[in-house]
Amino acid sequence: MIETVIFYVFAVATVVSATAVVTVKNPVHAALFLVLSFFTSAVIWMSLEAEFLAIALVLVYVGAVMVLFIFVVMMLDINVARLREGFVRYLPLGLLVAAIMLGLMLSVVTSDVFVLDAGSEPLPKPADYSNTKALGGVLYTDYVFAFEIAAVILLVAIIAAISLTMRKREKTKYQVPSEQIKVRKADRLRIVKMPSEEKR
Amino acid sequence: MMTLTLSHYLILAAVLFSISIAGIVINRKNIIVLLMSIELMLLSVNLNFIAFSHYLNDLAGQVFVFFILTVAAAEAAIGLAILVVLFRNKRSINVEDIKELKW
Repeated sequence: MIETVIFYVFAVATVVSATAVVTVKNPVHAALFLVLSFFTSAVIWMSLEAEFLAIALVLVYVGAVMVLFIFVVMMLDINVARLREGFVRYLPLGLLVAAIMLGLMLSVVTSDVFVLDAGSEPLPKPADYSNTKALGGVLYTDYVFAFEIAAVILLVAIIAAISLTMRKREKTKYQVPSEQIKVRKADRLRIVKMPSEEKR
Repeated sequence: MMTLTLSHYLILAAVLFSISIAGIVINRKNIIVLLMSIELMLLSVNLNFIAFSHYLNDLAGQVFVFFILTVAAAEAAIGLAILVVLFRNKRSINVEDIKELKW
């Protein structure tokens, strides 16, 4: 009963904020509504007993990806009015495409294909069950190669993002590490012999 | 009606997916909102995976969501880096100004 109420409240909040993401004028507001929809879906994931992923969604998505989004949106000087032109013109087409997609998906989802029989309703997990432990148990054994590929993908993303946005400027002074390492004592240091001065 | 079934979650995911499809069509001038719509699509797909994982009692769905989150984070980072470089060179992020490859 309480699960049903929680589901409906947060499902409505998710749908409303997702609608706001695609319709508000200001991209900063759109990013903040996207944060809200991530939070409400994290609650729904939590009610589906996917605790680790719900927390990862908040930490990784809201904490890292959406902060990056908001950072970029605020850094770029965007002419919102120009980006909005064509909004009304494409609105009927967008609604038509969305309605067709929704109709097709609902006709599949509400058919008998996905109806599990009542006996297969999952029992709630015992109190000492750890979702993180269970997930780690399969992640580091059955899916370890996929896990390593995911790590490589993240490394490639880091290198790509840095190498795309790095640029040389004319006036900035750079260090050249190879020149610094190559230097010898004789290049920098000159010992001058001179007699000590006599006291008068 | 009062007990939650798999269909509730699948319908919610379908509605979210349709909203982001509509968002891609109506915001086709604005790359930032396009990227946000793609994130929303991935979210609805993840919801499907987690709902199936819960109702079929199989952890493989959650492992897939983990990998989708990884790839989506990489995609957002590279997409935004491309966007920054584009804005630096053209002073605009309008989709219509990006037509060098079109002839």
